[in-house]
Amino acid sequence: MSSVKSFSVLPGFGLSMGFTLVYLSLIILIPLSAVFIITSALTWTEFWAVVTAPRVVASYKLSFGASLGAAAINSVFGLMLAWVLVRYSFPGKKIVDALIDLPFALPTAVAGISLTALYAPNGWLGQFIQGSLGIKVAFAPLGVLVALVFIGLPFVVRTVQPVLQDLETELEEAASSLGANRWQTFRYVLMPILLPALMTGFALAFARAVGEYGSVIFIAGNIPMVSEITPLMIITKLEQYDYTGATAIAAVMLVVSFVMLLIINALQSWAGKRTGRNK
Amino acid sequence: MTTAITDTSLQAKPSDRLFKWVEPTKFEHNVATRENKWIKIAVISIGLSFFALFLLLPLIAVFSEALRKGFGVYWLALTDADALSAVRLTLLAASIAVPLNLVFGVAAAWAIAKFEFKGKQLLITFIDLPFSVSPVIVGLVYVLVFGVHGWFGEWLVANDIKIIFAVPGIVLATIFVTFPFVARELIPLMQAQGKEEEEAAVVLGAGGWQTFWYVTLPNIKWGLLYGVILCNARAMGEFGAVSVVSGHIRGQTNTLPLHVEILYNEYNFAAAFAVASLLALLALVTLILKTWVEHRAGTNGSAH
Amino acid sequence: MSIEVKNLHKQFGSFTALDDISLNFPSGELVALLGPSGCGKTTLLRIIAGLEQADSGSVILEGDDASATHVRERQVGFVFQHYALFKHMTVFDNVAFGLRMKPRKSRPSEKVIAEKVHRLLELVQLDWLADRFPSQLSGGQRQRIALARALAVEPRVLLLDEPFGALDAKVRKELRRWLRKLHDELHITSIFVTHDQEEALEVADRVVMMDHGKVEQVGTPDEVYNQPETPFVYGFLGSVNLFHGRVDDGHLHIGDDVIHNQGENYDHGSEVYAFARPHELEIVTDNEQVNGLSAKVNRVLSFGLNSRVELDGINSAEGQHFEVELNPQRVDELSLTSGQIVKLVPSKLKLFHRDSINKDSHV
Repeated sequence: MSSVKSFSVLPGFGLSMGFTLVYLSLIILIPLSAVFIITSALTWTEFWAVVTAPRVVASYKLSFGASLGAAAINSVFGLMLAWVLVRYSFPGKKIVDALIDLPFALPTAVAGISLTALYAPNGWLGQFIQGSLGIKVAFAPLGVLVALVFIGLPFVVRTVQPVLQDLETELEEAASSLGANRWQTFRYVLMPILLPALMTGFALAFARAVGEYGSVIFIAGNIPMVSEITPLMIITKLEQYDYTGATAIAAVMLVVSFVMLLIINALQSWAGKRTGRNK
Repeated sequence: MTTAITDTSLQAKPSDRLFKWVEPTKFEHNVATRENKWIKIAVISIGLSFFALFLLLPLIAVFSEALRKGFGVYWLALTDADALSAVRLTLLAASIAVPLNLVFGVAAAWAIAKFEFKGKQLLITFIDLPFSVSPVIVGLVYVLVFGVHGWFGEWLVANDIKIIFAVPGIVLATIFVTFPFVARELIPLMQAQGKEEEEAAVVLGAGGWQTFWYVTLPNIKWGLLYGVILCNARAMGEFGAVSVVSGHIRGQTNTLPLHVEILYNEYNFAAAFAVASLLALLALVTLILKTWVEHRAGTNGSAH
Repeated sequence: MSIEVKNLHKQFGSFTALDDISLNFPSGELVALLGPSGCGKTTLLRIIAGLEQADSGSVILEGDDASATHVRERQVGFVFQHYALFKHMTVFDNVAFGLRMKPRKSRPSEKVIAEKVHRLLELVQLDWLADRFPSQLSGGQRQRIALARALAVEPRVLLLDEPFGALDAKVRKELRRWLRKLHDELHITSIFVTHDQEEALEVADRVVMMDHGKVEQVGTPDEVYNQPETPFVYGFLGSVNLFHGRVDDGHLHIGDDVIHNQGENYDHGSEVYAFARPHELEIVTDNEQVNGLSAKVNRVLSFGLNSRVELDGINSAEGQHFEVELNPQRVDELSLTSGQIVKLVPSKLKLFHRDSINKDSHV
């Protein structure tokens, strides 16, 4: 190991590194590699036929479209909530702050059936939205969006909040003393500083939403070509014992995930540079 | 002689404070960082309405739906034999996955934070990987490896070992999805703390385990606990990955979230929500513990 | 442009930051607010800028009451200790910021802005850094850019909060001289806050000494240094030796020792504090000498232009330390040895009634 690792007086490198690599390989890397190894057994034409089947393409449109939409909605309201939690005082703030993480802690299946109950035609919100406005939320693509908004909110709040918290008030004082009004200060001083964090939050929420299954599956209605998400396509293929088909779609999703991971890493280092916080 | 300030726009008058009984933030004090009262009211109202609509309401709905048919039905659903067996399996999976990932997290953080080696950034990225893999794909990969038609399928059948559609598969899937939680918490914490204290301990004659036990562990205990709490919450609540490998055999391979699904798909809504309320309670306990740990550790929400 | 503050009072909870402050800053002067941390100097500066509000009292700029004017409209230039440069903007954009934020009607064209920014960057001698980002500059350069940015909007007054506080000693000294030079060119009324006496005395036209939310003394650097009006000022500026004593028949009694011909104006039996600078004390080795305070030689430091003798108090002054500054020849003559008992005789001694000193003052 001495060629890879530089000198240190501390013990335990071999043991901790060895265990880390073995465990990582056994649990994560080898099983994940199965997706690519099995996919590579397909010819390009076979692969292309599976991953561009109309029903699968419809699921991409829904999954990516709803994920983008949810991440966008969360960027706006997540920023607003982070702002409210950092800047303003109001009764019950600590409780609100703690509950922001609810989507991290609440099992997705629970979120799924609860949102379905709320937005179903006879639910608390559904009877109003569908009854009065005539908009169908549950068992429709809009339901997918609602579930993904729920899942993604904490990602935006929790990436923006610490940056907002650490902002020096001097920046706003300087802007103010130079004659900028509150909107100009927000637009030209604060937003550029918050932007990398906001985009990181957006990317994290999007990445999570694309792969989300539990909370979506109950509310989506799962109508072929209309409200089927891509992870459901994998399940469907599995249930038909079409392992290669499921694997091919999984490979597409994994590639998207890896690209997202790269983008998120790049965004985070950008955020670190701009705010002077290096994680 | 005192000239009183008369202008209204500048003074932080008591009437400007929306809620007189709560302590204002430093931003609300400062003329350069505070907004017009009406903008503030609007932003708070919109933000909190969104919060109530998307986070609070689903939480309330769980409990309300659970108790809709009365406490008797609720209690019956929770004490049902299948429900209790789901509780046992959920606890079993968590009690295997959490300690394993705890040991892994400490080992990985020790190697990454205390030593310099090539490929460190790549290793950190690999550790983060499970967060960006869809739970459904996690289930799928274990089917591909251990399923009847998988890599080890024939060998497993020949030796009468069942992993997929059995408890081992559930445990494996749970380990995968909760893999990074502890490591993710400890790596930045231990990197920030550096290795001076450990080096001092070694210079003073402490052995490796002594150094870890008496110097490192006290420094990371809150981060460790934080990671374990989040890891446990996910382990008990995982649905997608477990769903693929479980086979949904009642009383045998059903965890609590899967039990919720089965009951719901049978249109037994009251029972489904009753079991769901148990998981919601778990989520609330998790959030309370998490807030408490954050408070004790003196972190400001940036630790997650 | 003159600045006047009248009867300013500011309270933070139970802490009084400013206690009835009235001051006049004449047009074109460079004034230092000097005092220990927590004395209220920064609060005063921020109130003048409009970044903080006084509980009562008023701020008058050029004869107009500006107390009710928002910082945005007050036309003051403010320079922060940690620069507060916008990290995501280039140096050019930082300096141009104030001009670009003006309402459309009074906003100059980009061409005019560019000319003005370059003129300012030339003034602070950093024209060549226009396209850099703040993170690429040294601390001293950042502070000069912050100053250029504040000057761009043609402020009526310039306020600097510990402008050199975050810089290392060498750059501090350099920038100090540079600020003085710049002020001599621009003659803009400027106030800067500092806790560094050397900085205040070297740069300012006038020094306002503050302690515990009160003004202790206002004067030229020469006045506050050589004619301190209060025990606080005496103790804060330069090193000083402090004696506790009682005036009897025009002599100062310190324990069993007596210093002749001091405190003629004090009533018999007055309890006093007496101050003497290190160079205002003489060491007498003659044992028969009656006049003077007994002390024990601890160490003689003879490097530099002057030699210093450190002494420990004995008898009633036990536990106190004294410092005497002598020229090296005199030290040679005395040939002091460690532990030797000598008498200290002041050539100049400033007395204050004991009850005139604020209990909390650390002198």
